[in-house]
Amino acid sequence: MKNKYLKIFIIIFFIFSFFIFYYGLKQKDLYTTENSGIQKFPNLTLHDFFTNKQTSFEDILIDSNYYLVNIWSSWCLPCRDEHIYLTQLKKNSSVKIIGINYKDKKNNAEKFLDEFGNPYEYILNDKDGIASIEIGAYGVPESFILNKQKEIVKKIIGPIDQKKFKTVLKIMKNEN
Amino acid sequence: MKIKIILLVILVLISFSKGSFSNELKLENKINKNLRCLICQGQSIYDSQSDFAESMKLVVKQKIKAGMSEEDIYSFFKIQYGEWILYDPQFNIKNFALWLLPIVIFLAGGIIIIVKFGVLKKR
Repeated sequence: MKNKYLKIFIIIFFIFSFFIFYYGLKQKDLYTTENSGIQKFPNLTLHDFFTNKQTSFEDILIDSNYYLVNIWSSWCLPCRDEHIYLTQLKKNSSVKIIGINYKDKKNNAEKFLDEFGNPYEYILNDKDGIASIEIGAYGVPESFILNKQKEIVKKIIGPIDQKKFKTVLKIMKNEN
Repeated sequence: MKIKIILLVILVLISFSKGSFSNELKLENKINKNLRCLICQGQSIYDSQSDFAESMKLVVKQKIKAGMSEEDIYSFFKIQYGEWILYDPQFNIKNFALWLLPIVIFLAGGIIIIVKFGVLKKR
């Protein structure tokens, strides 16, 4: 009688462990902040890239249905690939693109903009990288899509490619 | 003689100011060791020299200077990045079994020993 209970217990224990490990293996082990984090975009004050004037996000994020805040740097190679899509997106009238220049030298950044074009309405300087952390960024490049209320609708970690570009366009169409 | 006394006073003052400075540094290091690096996810930002870890260290420094407590700083990072950013996980509904299971097993083991071997009865 005692043996029977023991057998049932062992079988249940193994089935239980099997499912735990089965689901555990299926889970992604690389953590990203794509789906978590802050909802409302924080209002920070940074220096303007060209004029070096103190500029807060509140002053910039006006008069548009959508905003795309893009963290970029001239030393970041994936940013070059992404730039084509940002220039394409500039033609879209319902979005304003705002750049945050992350830990960059001004000379190099200007060269980068000369070479690939400047899709940004405004560029703000983030010399020590503090602002990017306050925003909740994860790496360079990274893009935040905000709606009119300055709420984060989507985070794009890594460069924007063809597929992600389509999702960006979709978001702007759907919610309009 | 006077100069010696003045020197002594200055030295004492310096040592006091250094004391508070090192306390701040200790707190900073403690927090840095408990925050996960975003780029190299197996490392704390204390150990990491990646660009984002360096920025995070600056943010921690700034927040301490602004007078935020350790808990405040943790909750700031938790809001930005999720609880994953902390190395020391907090007790919640998702992980309560992990925290409690060892204690439960330990107590159950103790009860089995007491019942089976009659430790209490012998006395």
